[in-house]
Amino acid sequence: MTSTTLPDRQIHASLSGVTRIYPGAAGQQPVHALGPVDLDLRRGEFFAVVGPSGCGKSTLLEVLAGLQPATAGTVIFEGRPVANEVPEGIGVVFQEDATFAWLTVWDNAAFGLRRSGVSEAEVCRRVDDALSFMGLKDFARAYPAQLSGGMRQRVCIARTLVLQPRFILLDEPFGALDAQTRLLMGDEVLRLWRRTDSTVLLITHALDEAAMLSDRIGAMSARPGRFLEIVETGWPRERDNTIVGQAQFGAITGRLWDTLRAESLKSLGYGGVAAK
Amino acid sequence: MSRVGWIRLAVIGTAIGLLEISCRLGLIDHRVVIPPSEMVDALLRLLISGQVNDQIARTFGIVTATVLISVVLGFALGVVIHALPRLRETLDPFFATYYAVPIFIFYPVMIAIFGLSAIPILLMGVATALVAMIIATLNGLDRIPRILTKVARMHQMGRLSTTLRLKLPAAAPHLFTGVKLVVSYSFIAVIASEFILAPAGLGRIISDAYSDFDNRRMYALMLLLIVVATLVNMTLHTLDQRWAARRGLVKS
Repeated sequence: MTSTTLPDRQIHASLSGVTRIYPGAAGQQPVHALGPVDLDLRRGEFFAVVGPSGCGKSTLLEVLAGLQPATAGTVIFEGRPVANEVPEGIGVVFQEDATFAWLTVWDNAAFGLRRSGVSEAEVCRRVDDALSFMGLKDFARAYPAQLSGGMRQRVCIARTLVLQPRFILLDEPFGALDAQTRLLMGDEVLRLWRRTDSTVLLITHALDEAAMLSDRIGAMSARPGRFLEIVETGWPRERDNTIVGQAQFGAITGRLWDTLRAESLKSLGYGGVAAK
Repeated sequence: MSRVGWIRLAVIGTAIGLLEISCRLGLIDHRVVIPPSEMVDALLRLLISGQVNDQIARTFGIVTATVLISVVLGFALGVVIHALPRLRETLDPFFATYYAVPIFIFYPVMIAIFGLSAIPILLMGVATALVAMIIATLNGLDRIPRILTKVARMHQMGRLSTTLRLKLPAAAPHLFTGVKLVVSYSFIAVIASEFILAPAGLGRIISDAYSDFDNRRMYALMLLLIVVATLVNMTLHTLDQRWAARRGLVKS
């Protein structure tokens, strides 16, 4: 299922017939992880992908980011094909703790900028700004091991933010955090999205998180992942976690669950139960 | 200094004090052990006289060369073996049992091949220390978080840059453990080789002093070796603790 046809200038990234099949290990069958998937991502939108475990959500993100090649189909970012290389302008935040344990918070955030040859004055300006924005200014000289899981994830977001990406891909960035921290981190991400005017693609297994944060939500089938439905939330751009108390929020999560329930059972091996 | 540090110092001080008193009161025969203060005095006189400076330089020179060769070669071999899983599979049993074999049995063979010189001693040192560095390198490379490779690709980093700026720092704690082991093993192997059979070196003159019942010289040089080995290892341990504390591996 694809979104409605949009003018090219409004499409920031798109996937056409994208499939990903992992070659089987010795004596094993290849794994058809994803697709075929068609999707147009609008410039500046917040798009979430939900689906059962192992449905290929992270594979979708990695193919879109150029971290792994599509077996078939094409990926386009800002009008250019993405071919197994992360294009300039894309920033990725991963689920795992990807901080550099041997660097301070400040140096972690400055890492990418220093590599790209930006002047030291500009590095200082952008890093200080990003750390302030992420509430990490007082921890600039701390090492990741001295921070909580949520703060470490904010360091990773700051490291991506300083590069001023136009398209931010978030791969279950709050997966390892407790429910309350996730709600608060959701607000952080919304703030980030509004400030940068970037397009955001969020991979998550949490329906409430997707419903709270996104303009559109793509619900994926069990493996091989395909989009079953794309839900428009209709939230205003200025929003925060208080929308979880609204009736519409319940309606969106209910609709997503209706779509995904059978797929989740299928992914757990209860296909027969689902059919009933 | 921490409370534990003071306790540690007090224990060492008490042990040395007890030994001093026991020797001075004749509870321990002077022909067996001399008082620690006399060891210090003998060492200072020996160092000031310069009689053994060339021997000290020779021994510590061989230890330094052993450490450098073992670290560099061990790391390089570790990287190669890590990159070749089949080779690693073949070598794993050897690594697992390497230190169960008394490597010193090969010392006479080395002397037969290379003669009575510094080379067999250096080779014994490297043979003892090398595998520790290889194993530490393999452990370090195994434990590099896979996510770092993705982060590197996100930052458009090449293989060399990824290795130097991400993988090596990530593996550094394990590599440093290897370096610490190499230093310890190098000291042991070099001194022991010199002690068994060598034309010169601290181990040899300690052995000679022992044969000549020259306790002052023997204990003075033993003290020198203990002090140097302890200082080197304490420095490495302190560095290791500091880095580990930063990474949250131990409490500082």
